[in-house]
Amino acid sequence: MTGPTAVPEHPEFLWRNPEPKPFYDIVVVGGGGHGLATAYYLARNHGITNVAVLEKGWLAGGNMARNTTIIRSNYLWDESSAIYEHSLKLWEGLEEDLGYPILFSQRGVLNLAHSLQDVRDSVRRVNANRLNGVDAEWVDAAGVKELCPIVNISPDVRYPVLGATYQPRGGIAKHDYVAWGFARRADELGIDLIQNCAVTGLDVIGGKVVGVRTTRGDIATGKVALAAAGHSSVLASMVGLRLPIQSHPLQGLVSELLEPVHPTVVMSNAVHVYVSQAHKGELVMGAGIDSFNGYGQRGAFHIIERQMSAALELFPIFARAHLLRTWAGIVDTTPDASPIVGLTPIENLYLNCGWGTGGFKATPGVGWCFAHTVAHDKPHPYNAPFTLERFTSGALVDEHGAAAVAH
Amino acid sequence: MQLISCPWCGPREEAEYHYGGQAHVAYPHEVGALSDADWAHYLFFRDNPRGPFAERWVHAAGCRRWFNAVRDTGTHEILAVYRIGEPQPELGRQASR
Amino acid sequence: MTRLPTGGLIDRTTVLSFTFDGRPYAGHPGDTLASALLANGVHRVATSVNRGRPRGIMAAGVEEASALVQLEAPFPEPMLSATTIELYEGLVARGLPGRGTLADRPDPGRYDAMHVHCDVLVVGAGPAGLMAALTAARAGSRVALVDDQPMVGGSLLGTRGELSDWSASVLAELTSTPEVLVLSRTTAFGYYDDGFVLALQKRTDHLGAAAPDNAARQRIWRIRAKQVILATGAHERPVVFADNDRPGVMLAQAGRTYLNRYGVLAGNRIVVFTTNDSAYVAAVELAEAGAEVTVVDPRTDLAPFWAAECARVGIAVRPGHLVTGTTGEERVTGVHLAAYPSGGASATVHCDLLLVSGGWNPTVHLFSQAGGKLEYDAELGAFLPVAGLPGAGVLGAGVLGVRVSGAAAGAVSLADCLAGGAAEAVAALSDLGVAARPVASPPVGTDRVETAGLVLWAAPVEISLDGSDLSDTRFVDLQRDATVSDVLRATGAGLRSVEHVKRYTTIGTAHDQGKTSGLIASGITADALGVDIADLGTTTFRPPYTSVSFAALAGRDRGAIFDPVRVTAIHPWHIEHGAQFEDVGQWKRPLCYPRRTASGGLEDLPAVVARETRAARTGVAMMDGSTLGKINVQGVDAGEFLDRIYTNIISTLKPGFVRYAVMCGMDGMILDDGTVMRVADTEFVLTTTTGNAAKVLDWLEELAQTEWPDLRVHLTSVTEQWATIPVVGPLSRQVIAAVAPALDVSNEAFGFMTWRSAKIVGIEARICRISFSGELAYEVNVPSWYGIAVWQALFDAGQPYGITPYGTETMHVLRAEKGYPIIGQDTDGTVTPQDLGMSWVVSKKKLDFVGKRSFSRTENQRPDRKHLVGLLPVDRSVLLDEGAQVLADDDVSQLPVAMLGHVTSSYRSVALGGTFGLALVRSGRDRIGERLFAWQDGEVVPVTVTGPVLYDQEGARRDG
Ligand SMILES: Cc1cc2nc3c(=O)[nH]c(=O)nc-3n(C[C@H](O)[C@H](O)[C@H](O)COP(=O)(O)OP(=O)(O)OC[C@H]3O[C@@H](n4cnc5c(N)ncnc54)[C@H](O)[C@@H]3O)c2cc1C
Ligand SMILES: [Zn+2]
Repeated sequence: MTGPTAVPEHPEFLWRNPEPKPFYDIVVVGGGGHGLATAYYLARNHGITNVAVLEKGWLAGGNMARNTTIIRSNYLWDESSAIYEHSLKLWEGLEEDLGYPILFSQRGVLNLAHSLQDVRDSVRRVNANRLNGVDAEWVDAAGVKELCPIVNISPDVRYPVLGATYQPRGGIAKHDYVAWGFARRADELGIDLIQNCAVTGLDVIGGKVVGVRTTRGDIATGKVALAAAGHSSVLASMVGLRLPIQSHPLQGLVSELLEPVHPTVVMSNAVHVYVSQAHKGELVMGAGIDSFNGYGQRGAFHIIERQMSAALELFPIFARAHLLRTWAGIVDTTPDASPIVGLTPIENLYLNCGWGTGGFKATPGVGWCFAHTVAHDKPHPYNAPFTLERFTSGALVDEHGAAAVAH
Repeated sequence: MQLISCPWCGPREEAEYHYGGQAHVAYPHEVGALSDADWAHYLFFRDNPRGPFAERWVHAAGCRRWFNAVRDTGTHEILAVYRIGEPQPELGRQASR
Repeated sequence: MTRLPTGGLIDRTTVLSFTFDGRPYAGHPGDTLASALLANGVHRVATSVNRGRPRGIMAAGVEEASALVQLEAPFPEPMLSATTIELYEGLVARGLPGRGTLADRPDPGRYDAMHVHCDVLVVGAGPAGLMAALTAARAGSRVALVDDQPMVGGSLLGTRGELSDWSASVLAELTSTPEVLVLSRTTAFGYYDDGFVLALQKRTDHLGAAAPDNAARQRIWRIRAKQVILATGAHERPVVFADNDRPGVMLAQAGRTYLNRYGVLAGNRIVVFTTNDSAYVAAVELAEAGAEVTVVDPRTDLAPFWAAECARVGIAVRPGHLVTGTTGEERVTGVHLAAYPSGGASATVHCDLLLVSGGWNPTVHLFSQAGGKLEYDAELGAFLPVAGLPGAGVLGAGVLGVRVSGAAAGAVSLADCLAGGAAEAVAALSDLGVAARPVASPPVGTDRVETAGLVLWAAPVEISLDGSDLSDTRFVDLQRDATVSDVLRATGAGLRSVEHVKRYTTIGTAHDQGKTSGLIASGITADALGVDIADLGTTTFRPPYTSVSFAALAGRDRGAIFDPVRVTAIHPWHIEHGAQFEDVGQWKRPLCYPRRTASGGLEDLPAVVARETRAARTGVAMMDGSTLGKINVQGVDAGEFLDRIYTNIISTLKPGFVRYAVMCGMDGMILDDGTVMRVADTEFVLTTTTGNAAKVLDWLEELAQTEWPDLRVHLTSVTEQWATIPVVGPLSRQVIAAVAPALDVSNEAFGFMTWRSAKIVGIEARICRISFSGELAYEVNVPSWYGIAVWQALFDAGQPYGITPYGTETMHVLRAEKGYPIIGQDTDGTVTPQDLGMSWVVSKKKLDFVGKRSFSRTENQRPDRKHLVGLLPVDRSVLLDEGAQVLADDDVSQLPVAMLGHVTSSYRSVALGGTFGLALVRSGRDRIGERLFAWQDGEVVPVTVTGPVLYDQEGARRDG
């Protein structure tokens, strides 16, 4: 198909729809981006293929299908920038690796600063990024205008744009294509992707997990890797494990298809909005989480109204664009806005969760590291800091306070 | 937007409230004697069920009082509201749809 | 011209001129852009996005999937459906090839929002909705009725004036009933929780350039209803066949609506392809209007009534046939027929309009958003709302206070719609405890639905005219150019879920959000997979039901009222004196007061700050500190309460004294700092940092109410009640003495960290001997009302001493020279009091206070935590960047480089004779005297580590 809004077609074949087998070496719970990438790297990097990915709904129909696809690695702390940069490097070769047109577009990401403290925090992060080998620049308001001419940099707006951090290698990709790319490869390598298969219980014998109960029958297994994002607490509670996680609605929205006006990705934490224009031409936007715990994939409308106010402050040109569709995911937030990836107190049970509002960009990176963790029963160096124990020791990786950039 | 009944003011829009997370998490006695792990649980670990959840709200843009509610996190249905200090009501209906 | 000489709900006495695709046309009030184009014989209005195929008008309402236009005048607006734009004088539009264009100039429109609370909200003013609203209104309930059309009637508007008098009388009664709100041109676009419905009202769009400037163009209605009755009708759905996208292929009801409502005969030779009885009335009325009509119906058992009607008006009927394809380019010229179900080409019929009906899809969007369940009805070939949940009605269905009635609930006949609307209203009222009687339905004729419809999603390819594979032009979603073969590719690829098929094919993701294509895609998928569509289901109905402009949603919360601007009582003075401002939270704070230089320009920031700091260190200076958060704490347990909040002891403070205090979160990290003044035994006033005031009050209230409800303590924000004016510098005593002659300002009588009451220009003031600069200083607090008078008095009294007003930048320099941290700048939520070198502020005596337990966690015991230290650049003319990273080594050739910390504050200092900074540095206190390196944007600056206090380390200056 051609035309201005045409995107590459999906392949003729994606995956089989196998019946679950009675035993797998490894069961991955959750067929979102993280679960699928983990399965793929288990096969690709570790040669483990007797693996099932169990998904309660349709593959990658959770947050993976609902996120605003921002990819960047310019996180403040060393631990974070290391794993996100690892991920970004994988993104850069992913299209080829997966043989799938994932529409990875390194159009750059701007994080705006609106107060002098924002400026200090931004400069701090840029300097830290560069010393960590992450591309980053501080640009002033004029520089913002140059990169994204539609941003209103007038000093007269309520919270003027004082500048921004810029990561040229950041950008967006097409979420379904990414998930399906991983799924197709995993399937090719012999991994069973099993849909409409909700895990309802975990069998633990002698402190060791040995099987899962599902809506499609019991499955025995050597290891269980949880990658259930917003549902992680519910799954963990099946074995009495409590997590420092709260599940909140996070909403996203799109406009109709528009002629290209927005060449990059703009995020503003201070006024709470972020926007990119996707490949076909729709504006894709998001804001902050809804405050309450919720599994309903439904948020409140005043969040969207507020986000529109913020969007029009920054982009007056959007005034007569139209909201076409809204939706919400269930995001798993942690106290320090960093993920939890590693072992659990239960043998052979592994945990990947807590990516909250920002785990899409981590998809290849965490798949890589989580597969390593499960295969070796030992964290990969990149996810070693992101233990559950850090909440006890206090060694948090606090991307909240200082960095204060979500997504 | 949920309609939440403040036990002092009556039903008001969700936007008037701030959320306060799980209710009935008491500050531990004798914190000095607590293990690091137990303290961490008090600090950071909260229940996060799908279904009825006893949680706190504050009527921030109203009477500014904190109160508790039992709300179904799956449906957003509010099953009970009660004042601080009042016991959590027994609920007839359970499970989220 | 295809406009008939008479008929329709248009005002023929007025002519409106408009331009489409560069050509001038005329229409009438009452027209939509689509009806006016059809009246002018224009069928092709757009071009398909990917395949460049001509596209026309396929519907007469919001379900339009094809006729998308860009408005150019009076103001550009991207992507609207021609069927929903009311015509106005001077309208300029063009057909869209798939993408809209945003205006390159600011939108002059105004937008606002209104709140409504009602007992019963009725959505849709068709027969069911009118009956529901009337029943509720007569019961004395507070009713809101919203409808997206300019007039009530709903589907009746597409008939030959059926029940038009009745509709008018109902409207008249409703609008004259108190407590009833009728909103036309208003689309309910989203159902949120607990009876909360969002609606968009287009108030002036239909007026074009004549719209008044001062009226809100569009308005969001935020409706909170105790009971919601959805009478949203149904959308006709097409049947898919080859080349079904040509201009001139239209839904049957649309053809009828153009005829009856707009007086437009959209074709002269018309084929009506229907699988059900509902399209026959269109066929008959069009024939009676003069068209030559052929009906193609795959069923063989035709209803005798309709067969007779067709015969009466001369319609040729082809039972047992269906349309498999069309001819034509810019407009349909003919259709291919095949026998059904046997197959085999049978004929080609020439036509200039092809009307299609594949049945009806109830408009269940809002119901589904409310959490309502849908169930497949095999007879209607549609998903219907499920009854049986609490609040469910008789004919309709419901979820907790949401009911569906009329065609939206699957009712087919007009009589059922009318009765259903009244019945749902009675049921809804009964749930509200109101006994009501259904109003009597107006008399209607019997509806002629005699034979069950055939559920057919797509004409099978196998029986197409020449047997060739035409599946590539069997469009399911016109806007997305997505076809049956795309659906089959998706299922062939292994996809089993409609959500996957939607994403693979993009069907249902365009402007119309799949109103006509979604169910068909499900049906084709189910057939392809050999599963029951009832099990397969549909994709989710996401809000909004129809598109809503961003500006409408932003409403009035833009520009200055995007977020409230807070200014102090003294603000006008700052403006008068040329202050430059900084945003701190919502506040505007003076950053500095630049003066004119000799050359006529303005001082630059370094020059102002040099002058202002010099005044504070050598003479006297004053600032507006009113934005500091202030919390009044009262009660017999106030001291105990504050002991638990702050890291240091407060209860021992005596009235008349002031103490610096720090509070932490439960995690032991610094949350805020400020001063605590004891006013009386049972009363304190605390200050917080400007940005944290609300957060601190929230936190204290939370603790007071939820953790320690036994403590008798009351908290009140008094931030805006007090104006706060620090008067700073060695000569400040003289100034205070001058304005408060009754006050003994000597050190002995009025010592450091105490406060006194005194009158200044007759105003009772609280004056504190506290200092954030290390200099002798007095903080004058007066009720805000008198802030500016007292400020002026101080300023006047300071004239002999050259008193200099200063802003936040100078304040920052003064405090940094003394090593006083700013919470939020020198800390970031990961810093403890100990990290700042302030162990002295952490009580060892208190058994517990907020955060204490966290200090002993392993991470907080590490010897190599980051400490606040001073940094002196080796070259004291080099200014460090705030945010520079601190390194042990100047070799950065190997990335990543280990970082020790970062520069939190950095200034040029007159007092220190050069630049300096504060930094958080790993093991910083153990590195004092060491050489480190600050890395900023590629530049490496050698620095020497010092203690954080760089000026007046002995504290000799605080007493003047
Ligand atoms: C609106 C929105 C915007 C976002 N924007 C961004 C962004 O711009 N950039 C970014 O990096 N991140 C973003 N995110 C976050 C990102 O989407 C998530 O962090 C990430 O997708 C989580 O990993 P996942 O893909 O594996 O999760 P999911 O796709 O949610 O996968 C979890 C899966 O587990 C399944 N599951 C749960 N319980 C069970 C069970 N019992 N049995 C079987 N299966 C189960 C679920 O059905 C689900 O499919 C956004 C999220 C949302 C909601
Ligand atoms: Zn209240």
